[in-house]
Amino acid sequence: MARKPTRSPLMERVRAVLFHRRVVFGIPFLWLLLFFLLPFALVLKISFSSAVMAIPPYQPVFSFVDNTVSVVVNFSNYLFLMSDSLYIAAYWGSVKIAFVSTLVCLLIGYPMAYAMARASARIQLVLLLMVMLPSWTSFLIRVYAWMGILGNQGLLNNLLLWLGIISEPLKMLNTNVAVVLGIAYAYLPFMVLPIYTNLVKLDVRLLEAASDLGCRSLTTFWTITLPLSKAGIIAGSMLVFIPAVGEFVIPELLGGPDTLMIGKVLWEEFFNNRDWPVASSLAIVMLALLLIPIVLFHRLQTREMEKDG
Amino acid sequence: MVKSPRFSFSKVMLVLGLLFLYLPMVVLIVYSFNASRLVSVWAGFSTHWYGELFRDQQILSAVWMSLKIAFYSASMAVCLGTLCAFVMTRFKRLRGRTLLSSMISAPLVMPEVITGLSLLLLFVQMAQTIGWPADRGMATIWIAHTTFCSAYVAVVVSARLREVDRTVEEAAMDLGCTPLKTFFVITLPVIAPALVSGWLLAFTLSLDDLVIASFVSGPGATTLPMVVFSSVRLGVSPKINALATLIILTVSLIAFIAWYLMRRGEEKRKRS
Amino acid sequence: MENGNSTPAKAEVLLSIQGLSKRFDDTLAVDNVSLDIHKGEIFALLGGSGSGKSTLLRMLAGFEAPNAGRVLLDGEDVTAMPPYLRPTNMMFQSYALFPHMTVEQNIAMGLKQDKLPKNEIRNRVEAMLTLVKMESFAKRKPQQLSGGQQQRVALARSLAKQPKLLLLDEPMGALDKKLRTEMQLELVEILEQVGATCLMVTHDQEEAMTMASRIAIMAQGRIAQVGSPVDIYESPNSRMTAEFIGSVNIFEASIREDESDSITLESAALDAPVFIDRGVSTPAESTATLVALRPEKVYLSSEKPAGDTNWSRGTVDNIAYLGDISCYYVKLASGQRVQATMANVERRGERPTWGDTVYVSWEASSPILLWN
Repeated sequence: MARKPTRSPLMERVRAVLFHRRVVFGIPFLWLLLFFLLPFALVLKISFSSAVMAIPPYQPVFSFVDNTVSVVVNFSNYLFLMSDSLYIAAYWGSVKIAFVSTLVCLLIGYPMAYAMARASARIQLVLLLMVMLPSWTSFLIRVYAWMGILGNQGLLNNLLLWLGIISEPLKMLNTNVAVVLGIAYAYLPFMVLPIYTNLVKLDVRLLEAASDLGCRSLTTFWTITLPLSKAGIIAGSMLVFIPAVGEFVIPELLGGPDTLMIGKVLWEEFFNNRDWPVASSLAIVMLALLLIPIVLFHRLQTREMEKDG
Repeated sequence: MVKSPRFSFSKVMLVLGLLFLYLPMVVLIVYSFNASRLVSVWAGFSTHWYGELFRDQQILSAVWMSLKIAFYSASMAVCLGTLCAFVMTRFKRLRGRTLLSSMISAPLVMPEVITGLSLLLLFVQMAQTIGWPADRGMATIWIAHTTFCSAYVAVVVSARLREVDRTVEEAAMDLGCTPLKTFFVITLPVIAPALVSGWLLAFTLSLDDLVIASFVSGPGATTLPMVVFSSVRLGVSPKINALATLIILTVSLIAFIAWYLMRRGEEKRKRS
Repeated sequence: MENGNSTPAKAEVLLSIQGLSKRFDDTLAVDNVSLDIHKGEIFALLGGSGSGKSTLLRMLAGFEAPNAGRVLLDGEDVTAMPPYLRPTNMMFQSYALFPHMTVEQNIAMGLKQDKLPKNEIRNRVEAMLTLVKMESFAKRKPQQLSGGQQQRVALARSLAKQPKLLLLDEPMGALDKKLRTEMQLELVEILEQVGATCLMVTHDQEEAMTMASRIAIMAQGRIAQVGSPVDIYESPNSRMTAEFIGSVNIFEASIREDESDSITLESAALDAPVFIDRGVSTPAESTATLVALRPEKVYLSSEKPAGDTNWSRGTVDNIAYLGDISCYYVKLASGQRVQATMANVERRGERPTWGDTVYVSWEASSPILLWN
């Protein structure tokens, strides 16, 4: 027999395997624990603190006084958020804008994904690359492109003036419409992709069976295709809605002074007012608002990732 | 196959959608060659702004900084993301697995301001407690980018891992490979394309990030998006148009090469 | 191939499976299986899907850990040994060829793990390629091979290490029917040439009977019967085995006279009593039993057979013409249907047709008694 002449003891081998498993699991686990979960705990902690002029600019929540740990928790930040209508308006504005943008994305993205999934395999690859390509370039620059288009002196206004449709420039930049447009533009690929991957897996024989049973194509779409692509629609919508709620760059560049979005408010609290505790409590409230969509997305995602091939 | 008409609603929408995606980028490219500073006026073809761009030391050093961070982040994210994907697809009954899967998929949708803020607070706390990082810069951006990029890598790699024929791995073990050796000799070559595309994705994500980097960076490290942002905040700048054109062309070129390689591979497979 | 009733009493036991069980969640996939495999034989585990045969095979290869029991290979306890240390090799149903390696590299894979010298690996790979007649395909990748060629490579790869025991998982499962019969004989030839001991798992009884010297029938995680193909077909020990292999007519009957060298039974389904010209050991407590008759041992005639046992009258209910044979379904007066096959020795002879009244009859040696 051509086996290894020296066979290491069995238990040692078994232990080696267990060790590998533990390493494979342990490294990413510890990394994420330290750099993902722990930071959230800190945000939560600091949201109960109050701002001081110091480095770091907040009061410690836990402190040692005479060998006893004293915990100073104050809810004043949260009370402050609730008392100031600015914050509530910002939350509401974020959700409203994110929702409308998601809807716009879905209305444009679903037919696109549908047409892609119906194309021949070779064209599909090209189309897929074309849809994804913009998202591989710079997000910032793509948003910036709209500044040149929508501005008072911008391309679109000039075009409309030249066509004689309008007589004086329309105010398009620095409005909520521009923000919605920008979000829809920037996040469209993230809507198309999950719906496309879902639709492309759809068994064509189901559609044939439906038409064999007498369904017209529109009925087939409503009764077969749409329900079966539900997972893709949800995943795509979450991929647009959740980041859009916390979006900062787009309202900052395309929005106006009356565009209230929570990501922008948080940024300003942190960088301009240097009020870390209020910024933290803003983040906690935003997370709480997004908890349901995030959990929904997470469940879809893990189901997808754990599915057997 | 159900016959689809030549012009259907979805096909029209596809064309319009692609126009919507590409027209603004075309506008950027065209105006990068505009001699005038103003968007509204076409003052003739010029490569003046490209010259300006290449003389701008601040932008050039920011590009170099961003590329370095993106390279290190993507490399580390591929390692971490692959390990995560392995745990997700292979270790079905392991304690702590659910927590890991939550932590790896959450960054996919987490608003950037939250991720940025939370990591900054962590680094501040760490500096207070263990004295590191003394000042924030490349290392802290690297950690932040690695963390959120590994989520994307994990998605890409786990999709490929699920398609790997498990019996091929079993066959290797049957022939005397230990599990670790099986991974390097069998699994790794099979999932290599996914690792490459995961790396590229992580690289572009890291290059592109503004918000997280702004939070966790210090005075020492300014990335390209940070420079671009502070410039465009003030309005349209032709230099940025030139930069945008270069970025778009580079990405398009890489995408074209990838497409060409994929098509050639497919044709080769078909011929044999 | 030894297809007789030879008792391999002297044969040396290579693999000894002792009380092996495997539980998946709530189902007992393998239930206390004990089995001995002898050196040099080709042994087939035959069973339907879900019978536990594949799980048993995977436990022998080391991919699944049993919940109870032991596996002894050449006297050594290998129950807890990981697959990469076991001196067994497996040919997978899907072949599991490494897609990124050439045929040569695939075959050399196992040898490299043993850290053999380079030239020895080369020689062995060449010998293996010659054995499976794939010399000219050494540099090809698996995707460039046909199903039959892939199977040869998989076989060469699993034989290259000269395993003590070769495990075959549905070896012909991925081939079409015509190629299958060709490969079955060739595979046996190759295995005999290298003198390998081989345990195969299959759901195809024809494959098991063609290739194996001994067969174990598995159902619901247990071994129902072990024996040579002839034993299994001609002397099934239960209704399950009799029905699993080939077709069979089964009549409920009760014992009328039990002599030492013959037995007479009566069945409500048949017009005449059943007479068997050999002694059968019967359990004392009950006279009820089952009489099993293989269709090819049932004769059809239009006249009443001589003698007053082993016949019954009926009408032809259905005929299936299969080319080499025809299969007749005769409905007896009792309502039970009897299946009888007739070799089509003449091209177009006179035969009974639909609705004809016929007599079915059989030799006194043909019936088998089953107790469950």
